[in-house]
Amino acid sequence: MTGTKPPTGRPLSPHLGIYRLTFTFLMSGFHRVTGAVLYFGMLIPIAWLLAVATGPEWFDFVNSWLGTFLGRLVLFGYSWGLIHHMLGGFRHLIWDTGRGLDLVSIEIFARATIVGSVSLTVAVWLAVYALGGF
Amino acid sequence: MKFRTPLGKVRGLGAAHTGTDVFWIQRLTSIASIPLTFFLVGSSLYLIGADYEVARAYISSVFVAPALVLVVIIFLWHMCIGMEEIIVDYVHSPTVKFASLIFNIMFTVFLGLTGVYAILKISFGT
Ligand code: HEM
Repeated sequence: MTGTKPPTGRPLSPHLGIYRLTFTFLMSGFHRVTGAVLYFGMLIPIAWLLAVATGPEWFDFVNSWLGTFLGRLVLFGYSWGLIHHMLGGFRHLIWDTGRGLDLVSIEIFARATIVGSVSLTVAVWLAVYALGGF
Repeated sequence: MKFRTPLGKVRGLGAAHTGTDVFWIQRLTSIASIPLTFFLVGSSLYLIGADYEVARAYISSVFVAPALVLVVIIFLWHMCIGMEEIIVDYVHSPTVKFASLIFNIMFTVFLGLTGVYAILKISFGT
């Protein structure tokens, strides 16, 4: 080591502030945001499983929390995030094969992801209320 | 050699030559997560409004319990790699970065063990 420092000020990935905001950019960011939200959201299914393992009182307790307005809102957000991230991830997997990387395709993919995730989530919640009991 | 800078020494050697395994596992867990998501959503729909005994019986059935263990392990593995990527992308201070990376591992292992423990307890407990 000669003590020579490498040049500083090299760009660090990712630098978000320098790009024009486009729809595809937004959807890319949303994939990461949903991933991070799902990360902490995993607390919910794990807590629910633990409640089932612990006994009927805990089961009723956790279920009653999930059944409140706030609980339903969180579950709705969680399901939307999961479905959106799944579709967005599917898009990534298609890109990994080298397909769909042209500008027209990425625009279509971005739109399909958001339209698909909203419709699927609404469909799931229609099923939830059609099955009643919640 | 004496006069070469650290940067000069590594130039031309290419990247770190490791890391593709992480990328690969991220893809494998992504693919595995797709059917598991359908399973999780389907199970949730089935369990809407179910009472305690029904939920227990469902979770402990021969096919459901192992599948749920898969959900827990695959989802957590995938999200742990993903969060590590987010941390190294945005957290530049070494102290905060290492603290976050340690938290990431502890959070994942804690949730994973708790989830698997719960599923096994439901399956084997009386
Ligand atoms: C349901 C099926 C899923 C698929 C197909 C999927 C797919 C993917 C893919 C392909 C990536 C990499 C994105 C990139 O290279 O930039 C990714 C990142 C990530 N995923 Fe998933 N994922 C799924 C479920 C989940 C779940 C359930 C969680 C959390 C519990 C999760 C958390 C994350 C996180 C935190 C990242 C990192 C975000 C990023 O680097 O931008 N994923 N996912």
